[in-house]
Amino acid sequence: MTTIRKTLNGLWSLIVGLKVTGKEFCKPWLTVHYPRQEVNNLNTYRGHIELVSLSDDPGKPKCVVCRRCEEICPSDCIRIEMHTPEESHLPDRPLMLISGVPLAGSVAKDPLCEGDKLLRVLDGFYLNYNMCSLCGLCVQNCPVSSLTFSQEVYLAGQKRSDFEFDLLQRLQEDAYKPIKSYH
Amino acid sequence: MTQILQYLVMPLVHIVVALAAILTFIALNGLILVYVERKVAGFIQRRPGPYEVGPQGLLQPLADALKLMAKQLVMPRGADSILFWAAPLLSFTPVAICLMPIPFGPNLTGWNVNLGILLVLAFSGLNVLALCLAGWSSNNKYSLLGAARAVAQSVAYEIPLLLSVLCIAFTTGSLNFADVTASQSHGLFSWNIFVQPLAFLIFFIAALAETNRAPFDLPEAESELTAGFHTEYSGMGFGLFFLAEYSYMIVVSAVGSVLFLGGWNGPFLSGHWWMLGKIYALILVMMWFRWTYPRVRFDQLLNICWKWLIPLSLMNLLGTALIINLVR
Ligand code: SF4
Ligand code: SF4
Repeated sequence: MTTIRKTLNGLWSLIVGLKVTGKEFCKPWLTVHYPRQEVNNLNTYRGHIELVSLSDDPGKPKCVVCRRCEEICPSDCIRIEMHTPEESHLPDRPLMLISGVPLAGSVAKDPLCEGDKLLRVLDGFYLNYNMCSLCGLCVQNCPVSSLTFSQEVYLAGQKRSDFEFDLLQRLQEDAYKPIKSYH
Repeated sequence: MTQILQYLVMPLVHIVVALAAILTFIALNGLILVYVERKVAGFIQRRPGPYEVGPQGLLQPLADALKLMAKQLVMPRGADSILFWAAPLLSFTPVAICLMPIPFGPNLTGWNVNLGILLVLAFSGLNVLALCLAGWSSNNKYSLLGAARAVAQSVAYEIPLLLSVLCIAFTTGSLNFADVTASQSHGLFSWNIFVQPLAFLIFFIAALAETNRAPFDLPEAESELTAGFHTEYSGMGFGLFFLAEYSYMIVVSAVGSVLFLGGWNGPFLSGHWWMLGKIYALILVMMWFRWTYPRVRFDQLLNICWKWLIPLSLMNLLGTALIINLVR
C-alpha cells in the first residue's frame, strides 16, 4: 500500500515539476542582451579599489598615509610609497634622544609639521589587482574614507602588468579628464 | 509493357519519390528541431536562446550544420575503422524506412504496407545495434559503457513498448497504420488515447527511453560518460547520430500520433496538418520533459521498466484481451 502511495506521490511530483517549468517558459527573460542592453545597476559593481579625492581638489587624495590599508590587506596587494617633507629653510641638526644629548653621526633637517601633525606626502599608491580578493577590508578601515570600489566594469587585459596600477597617478590623470561615465 | 509499367516501374518511382520526400522532411526537421529545442531550453531557463545568427537566431542551426560538416573526421587509434564509420550510417538510414508506412494525411503515405507497425518496430530496433557498434568500435571506455547502457535500456524498454502497441493492434485487429487511423475517425473520443490511456502513457515513457531522451539519456550521460557512445565522433559522424536522434523523435511521435491520437483525423477539418500538429506537440512535450526532469540513475531506469511498466502493460494487455473477448 505504501509503495503505491509513494508511487502516486512521485507521479504527482512529476506533474508539479512540469507545472513549474511550464510557468517559467511563459515568463519574460531574465538575462540581459548585453551589447544591445545593459543592466541598470552598474553603480553596485565592485571594481578594483580607487582613491577618493579631496572635495576641493580633485587631483589630491584624502589619504593621510596612515598605511592601515597596506597593513590590513590580507593579500598584500597594496604598496605605499611616501616621504616626510623637511623644513628646508632651517639648518641641519643632530637628532637628540634626550634634549641636549645628540645622537652621534645623525644629522638631518626637522620634519615639516602642520599644527601638531607631522606631514606625510604620498608618492605612490600601488595596487596589484591580480592578487586582490575584493574583500573590502582596506575600504572599511581607511580612517578618512579615502578608498572606494571603482565601477570599472570593462576592465580587461592580457598581461599581469595590465592589472598593476598606480592609484595616485590614476587619480591625478582622472582629475583633469572629463567625467567618465560607465552607463 | 503496361503491366511492367504498372507493377514494377510505378511502385519503384513511388518509393523513390517517397524516400526523397521523407529524407527532405527529416533534414528540414533536424534543422527546425535543433532550433526549437534550444529555444525551449532557453525559455524554460528564462533566457532568449539562440539569438545572434540571423533574425531571432533562425540561422543558428544552419551555422551549426555547416560547422559540423566542415570539421575534420577523426578516428581514435586502435578503433575498428569499418564498424566505427558504419555505426552512424546504420543509426541514420533505418529512420527513412521507419517513416515510410506512416499515413501523414488521407493520401499521404509513403508506402502502405499491411504490417506497417511491425516494420517500424523492427527497423527502429536497428538503432540500438548502431549505438552498440559505435561504443564498441571506438576503443574508449566511456563509449563502451554508453553502448552497454544503450543496449540494456533498449532491450528493457522495447518490451513495454511492444506490449502497449499490441493493445492497439488487439483493439483494431490490424497492424496497418491506415486501418488504425481509420478506426479512430469517429470523433474525438474514438481516439485510442481515450480508449487506452494507460497504454499511451506506457508507450510514451518507453518511447522516451527508446530515443534516449532525458530523463532516460543514460547512454550519453554527459556528467559521467563525457558523451557516451558518441564520445569519439567528430564532424558529420556526430552529426549523423544527432540527426538520427531527432529523426527517431519524429518517428516515435508519428507512431504515437497514429496509434493513440487519431493520426490525421481531427475533431474538425481532418488532414495532414492535424498529423503534423500532433507530431510537433508530442516532440514539444519531450523537450519539455528534457528540461524539467533530472536524469535517472541506471538502476532506477531498469526498476521503472521491470517493476512497473512491464507488469502494468501486461495487465493492460490481458484486460484488453478479456474485454475484447467478452464483447465479441
Ligand atoms: S579589497 Fe581586500 S584584498 Fe583588495 S586591496 Fe583591499 S584589502 Fe586588499
Ligand atoms: S588607510 Fe586610507 S588614509 Fe590610510 S594609507 Fe590607506 S588610503 Fe591612506
